[in-house]
Amino acid sequence: MSRLRASRFEGRALISAVVPPLLTFVLVIALWEGAVRALRVPAFLVPPPSAVLTAGWLERSALSGALLTTAEGACFGFLLSVCLGTLVGLLFSLSRWLERGLYPYALFLQTVPIVAVAPLLVLWFGPGLRAVSVSAFIVSVFPIIANTLAGLRSVDPRLSDLFRLYGAKLGDTVLKLRLPSAIPSMMTGYKVASGLSVIGAIVGEFVAGFSEGDAGLGITVLSAYRQLRTDLLFAAVLLASLLGLSLFALVSLVTGLLLRRLRAQG
Amino acid sequence: MLKGIDLDLEAGSFVALLGPSGCGKSTLLRFISGLESPSSGSILLSSGTEAPTAPTNAAAKLAFVFQDAQLLPWRTVIDNVALPLELQGLSRAEARRRARGPLSEVELSDVHERYPDQLSGGMRMRVSIARALVTEPDLLLLDEPFAALDELTRQRLDERLRRLWLVRRMTVIFVTHALGEAAFLAERALVMSRRPGQLVLDHRLDLPLDRSVELRTMSAFVEQTAILYRALEQHGGLDDSQVPIAEPGV
Repeated sequence: MSRLRASRFEGRALISAVVPPLLTFVLVIALWEGAVRALRVPAFLVPPPSAVLTAGWLERSALSGALLTTAEGACFGFLLSVCLGTLVGLLFSLSRWLERGLYPYALFLQTVPIVAVAPLLVLWFGPGLRAVSVSAFIVSVFPIIANTLAGLRSVDPRLSDLFRLYGAKLGDTVLKLRLPSAIPSMMTGYKVASGLSVIGAIVGEFVAGFSEGDAGLGITVLSAYRQLRTDLLFAAVLLASLLGLSLFALVSLVTGLLLRRLRAQG
Repeated sequence: MLKGIDLDLEAGSFVALLGPSGCGKSTLLRFISGLESPSSGSILLSSGTEAPTAPTNAAAKLAFVFQDAQLLPWRTVIDNVALPLELQGLSRAEARRRARGPLSEVELSDVHERYPDQLSGGMRMRVSIARALVTEPDLLLLDEPFAALDELTRQRLDERLRRLWLVRRMTVIFVTHALGEAAFLAERALVMSRRPGQLVLDHRLDLPLDRSVELRTMSAFVEQTAILYRALEQHGGLDDSQVPIAEPGV
C-alpha cells in the first residue's frame, strides 16, 4: 500500500520534472516553425525545424560519421585531461613550491585562445585526431587541476591531526585521507571537463580537422556554412550539443555511482 | 594564552580539566599531545622523557578523542577502528583483527561493517573511543568529546568511559565545560580561569571508585560538583554554556 503510494509519488515527481521542459521544447519548436513560415524567412537565414530534421535525416550517414569522429577526439582529450590533470593537481598539493611555480602557467592553458593556438597544434601534431584531441585536452584540463587541488587541500584539519598523531607516512596520508576526501571535488572537475572537451574538439576541428575521409562535426558545420546549407548546420550544432550533454550525463552517472560506493558526501 | 600552568599527573589517574570556553584547555591538550608546541615551557611525560614535540612516534602510547567523532565516512566501523594500527605499519588484515577487541569493549561488534552515517551520534562516539583504545595508549586525551550529544546519551557514555578506565587504568585527561560530567568521571578535577588560562583549583574528588548513574543524585556528588562550580564562578569563568547544577530536592 505504502509502496504503491510511494511509487505514485515518485511517478508524480518524475512527471513534474519532465513535463515543464518538454512543454517548453514543444512550444518553442512550434513557435519557431510557425514564425518562420508566416514571416517567410529565407531558409538560409533561419530554417524551420522541419527542414533541420529533414536535412539531418537525409545526411544521417555523414552526420553519424562526423559525430563519431568528434566523440572520439573529445573522449581522448577528456581522458588525457583526467589523467594529467589529476596527476598535476596531486603534485601541486604535495609541494607549495611546485604549485606556486607552475599554477600560473596551468591557468594560462585556461586563458589561451584555443582558436589562435589550433594552427600550432596542426604544425606539431598534424591534422586530424591527434591535434583535435590535444585541443580538447587544453580546453578541459584546467578545471580538473583546480578541483583536484582544491579537494586535496580541503581536508578536515582534525582528521589531519589524527593522522599526524599516529605518525602517518605521507603515502598513507595521501591514499587514506587526502584522496578520499578530495573525491567529491575531483568528480565536479571531471563533470565540468567532460562538457568542455566537446567544445575543445569542435574548435580544434575548425582548424585542425582536415583529414581525409572522416570529418568531424566541426568540419560539417564549416562546410554547411560555406554551402549556405543552414539546415544542415543547425542539425550539426544540435548533434554537437547532444554529444556534450551525453558525455556530461555519462560522467555524472559514473561519478555518482562511485561517490555512492565510496560514501563520500558530495 | 596559557600562563604558569605547573601540573603533575600520576600515571593511571583520571583527570578532568574544566574551564570556560576559550580558556585554553584544548590548547593544553594539543601541547600534551605534541600536535602543537608551547612557545615556552615544556611538557614532560611520566617516564621523564621530553614529551613529543614533533608529531610523533610516542604517538603509539598516546591517543586523542576529538569533539565530534571525526571518523572517516568512507570507511566501515571496523576499518575506522583499525586505522591507527594501519598508520603504524600493520597490515590491514592484522589491524582489523586487533580492532575487534576495542570494538567489543564499546559493544559495537554487531555493527562493525556499517558506515558512520548509518550510526547514531552516540554510537559514532563509541567508535571514536574504540579507535583511541586500539593502540592500547598509556595516555588518553579527550577534548569535550560528548559536548554535542544529548544529556542521556552523554551520561551513558560517561558511565561507559569510567568503566573502561577502571578496567584499563590508563591515564586520562578529559576536557569538558560540564561540571557534572567532570565530577562523575574524574578522580581529580582541575579548574582553569579565563584567559590567560591559569590553574585556579586542583581538587581531588571525594567519591567512590564504582560510580553509576544513581551517584548523580547523591548529596556527596552534589557537594563535589558545588566545589567545582564555586571555583569556576569565582574566577569569572561562568558563561552561558554553564548551566548551574540543580539543587537537590530540598
